[in-house]
Amino acid sequence: MSAMIMTFALSYAQIALALAACLAGWRLLYGPRAQDRVLGMDTFYVTAMLLFVVTGIRVGSPFFFEAAMVIGVLGFVATVSLAKFLIRGEVIE
Amino acid sequence: MTRLFPHPLLSLALVAVWLLLNSFSLGHLILGTVVATLAARAFAAVEPERVKLRRPMALVKLFFIVGADIIRSNIAVAVLILTRGRHGLRHSAFVEIPLRLRHPAPLSLLAMIVTATPGTAWVDYDEETGILLLHVFDMVDTADWKTLIRDRYEELLLESFP
Amino acid sequence: MSWMETLPAWVAIPVALFLMLGATLTLLGTVGLVQLKSFYDRLHAPTLGTSWGAAGILLASMLLVSWTEGRAVLHELVIGIFLMITTPVTLMFLGRAALHRDRIEGTPGIPGAVERSDIPAPPGDALADPADAPGES
Repeated sequence: MSAMIMTFALSYAQIALALAACLAGWRLLYGPRAQDRVLGMDTFYVTAMLLFVVTGIRVGSPFFFEAAMVIGVLGFVATVSLAKFLIRGEVIE
Repeated sequence: MTRLFPHPLLSLALVAVWLLLNSFSLGHLILGTVVATLAARAFAAVEPERVKLRRPMALVKLFFIVGADIIRSNIAVAVLILTRGRHGLRHSAFVEIPLRLRHPAPLSLLAMIVTATPGTAWVDYDEETGILLLHVFDMVDTADWKTLIRDRYEELLLESFP
Repeated sequence: MSWMETLPAWVAIPVALFLMLGATLTLLGTVGLVQLKSFYDRLHAPTLGTSWGAAGILLASMLLVSWTEGRAVLHELVIGIFLMITTPVTLMFLGRAALHRDRIEGTPGIPGAVERSDIPAPPGDALADPADAPGES
């Protein structure tokens, strides 16, 4: 019984998050202006991180958690530096 | 003592994170303490401005208020997206709110609260005039948002930081 | 997936509910990201995913792993705290960047600059390229 509930919930979460990543990717590809693309990329990173956490639950391996943390840190740094670039037109002042 | 542990709260938080990431054991406790002490001393070398808390209880109260607000506005924004913004009737707007807070620490806390709550976004803050430019997703009445920010959040922040 | 067979229903049901809540909210956030019309509206959409979307999934993971390991495993808290601290920073930065660019280009419907030295006063006569904006040191 509980195996069925968990399989359903995990599959649902994985499909929903994958779809969410696709939608964020759409904004990343077609966003009319640069700030839309950066926002899409930030959302893409967050959904990818959550997808890794869910996959980690499904597989039962702690390594997905570590990968999720690395993705989170990289996404933060990437978004901040791109936003900085949008404000000033250069990253290093 | 203060020379060895210049930022005791930061060191404690770092030890806690170290123990969360690894499993708890005596070896990890010692290693984490060493790392946290070194990191706190490195942090002290930057000489950040010290933040003084006056009433921590006000912050705890604020935490629960914000938690409830985040749940409420999550539901509100999710419903707005599902109904396509009340079928075209929703409109968003900018609000200018003059803030009384001046210290950077409570200001950054306020920024975290405003941004973490779906439906409001912190767009710009002017240091000289102290005016916050806020973007509101579902604008009904400008005065409502001014009282919400000023009476609900800023009041408690002013109370807890001197 | 050996843990699935021994999992009692009182753990499985809240874990499944939290997982589905989190995934649904994240999906709704990205639907909003695609559907909404202006950039400042879209700025609100990802906060659904980073507030209760992430919280639901991380709570589910915390509950489940704590049960299967037989002890409290709380390292998902680190991701939660990290998201809570970094999301405001990125969204504030993006909002400011968009506002700065819109002010330089003179987009209508944008509140004017509160007098500041790094933003040109009349929007018309500044160069359209943000790289050429005055105020660079």
